[in-house]
Amino acid sequence: MASSIRVRAISNGDITEVQTLIQHPMDTGLVKDAKGELIPAHFIQQLTFECNGKDVFVADWGTAISKDPYVKFSFKGARKGDDLKISWTDNKGGSDTITAKIA
Amino acid sequence: MKARIALVLGSVSAALVALIIASPRVIAADKIDPAADAKAFQNFFFQKFPDVKREDFVNGPYSMNADMKRQWQEKEEFPPYEFALDAGKEMFATPFRNGKSYADCFPNGGIGIRQNYPYFDEKEGKVVTLELALNRCREANGEQPYSYVKDEMASLTAYMAFTSRGKPMDIRIPDDPRALAAFENGKRYFYTRRGQMNFSCASCHVQSPGERIRAEILAPALGILNAMPIYRSEWSGMGTTSRRFVTCNSQTRAVPLEPQADEYRDVEYFLSYVANGLPISGPGARP
Amino acid sequence: MKRSLPLAMLLALSLAPAASAANEADYKAAYTAAEAASREAAGMRNQWTVTVSALAAAKRAADGGDFDRATTAAKEAEALAKASIFQAMSEKEAWKAMEIR
Repeated sequence: MASSIRVRAISNGDITEVQTLIQHPMDTGLVKDAKGELIPAHFIQQLTFECNGKDVFVADWGTAISKDPYVKFSFKGARKGDDLKISWTDNKGGSDTITAKIA
Repeated sequence: MKARIALVLGSVSAALVALIIASPRVIAADKIDPAADAKAFQNFFFQKFPDVKREDFVNGPYSMNADMKRQWQEKEEFPPYEFALDAGKEMFATPFRNGKSYADCFPNGGIGIRQNYPYFDEKEGKVVTLELALNRCREANGEQPYSYVKDEMASLTAYMAFTSRGKPMDIRIPDDPRALAAFENGKRYFYTRRGQMNFSCASCHVQSPGERIRAEILAPALGILNAMPIYRSEWSGMGTTSRRFVTCNSQTRAVPLEPQADEYRDVEYFLSYVANGLPISGPGARP
Repeated sequence: MKRSLPLAMLLALSLAPAASAANEADYKAAYTAAEAASREAAGMRNQWTVTVSALAAAKRAADGGDFDRATTAAKEAEALAKASIFQAMSEKEAWKAMEIR
């Protein structure tokens, strides 16, 4: 099955620029379905970016993050060809992970 | 304006008579001339916004506001419609239970043809949109039709639009009085005020592009369908042309028509035709 | 700016005389008239969302026994429906004034 995580990591001198698009419903638990029943909360709780054994970006998320979240950030200390590992876990015990090479 | 208020409080019939007498200049359209209409439509926007490049009109509000455009261009590196696009590509390639596929229903296997829709079907005597054609393809092959407003229909049309990206809109109006009538009907629908808010499509998209309605920047009517289907942040998801027509109606407090109602098909025909020559930019991302 | 119609509606409603206690018969008469106008508007494919909700509010109030509120809502629904009919009729020609030529 295709990963829920799309990533693009580009090395720009000393700085690596990362963009990620994650497929996730991010249900708040406040919305009702067509039958009038609440759709249970289903959201990413933690998102981690790891590079060369170190966490470079960790996010603790809640229900205020939109569906299919997009993240963009930069960090120092990595080079072209290094591995960037991205993983998330959600409140229902779901998770996904992917490793991409910095271009 | 005072006259109008007095009339509403009075009887409707008296008001009607009074209105006809006092009506603004009414020019009877003797001959339907879509080419002239398209030229006038395009020139109106080119002259109103001389600094906007012609192809840029298809980018809607982004052609009207530099800051929004910058944000949008950044997002296009990793657009929110990517998931729908990939899903659409997969759906399009998946055969029906009877072994046939979408490619069998469309010219050129359905690839790079979006810019020709809608077209006027001379056998049926009506306008056929891409969404309608897709569902007819499904039904002809024993499959259930999809909802016109989102999900699978949006994914499929996103993929088909993507295969046509950059191609100029190319709508034909055959020399058939029914086709001309459909064009004229679409034009009439576009300019007609509706709903308690008394807005026509033109109220926002001809009179006020680049200006705000509440917090949103309004898109120009020229090329407004070229980016369809769109991922709207407001919807947190994809929506089709049908969805946009329906929601625009309800936003002006008019009860929407059924998706693919004659009026909707005709207004899609009109709006697409007057954008002939401008590139397909779909699928799009909007606020 | 053609704000006249909603403005007119607001004016019409605010100038309406306060109804003395309405009974079920008053409500039924008002609702019948409103429903007829609403159907006509729908037949012209120019129904307003607010007409539909006013009618529904009238029915809900009547079901709850509040015939005052029900009658007021029904009359409002009728006024809204008639305004939408007026809009559809006048727009038959008025649209041409907005056309880009």
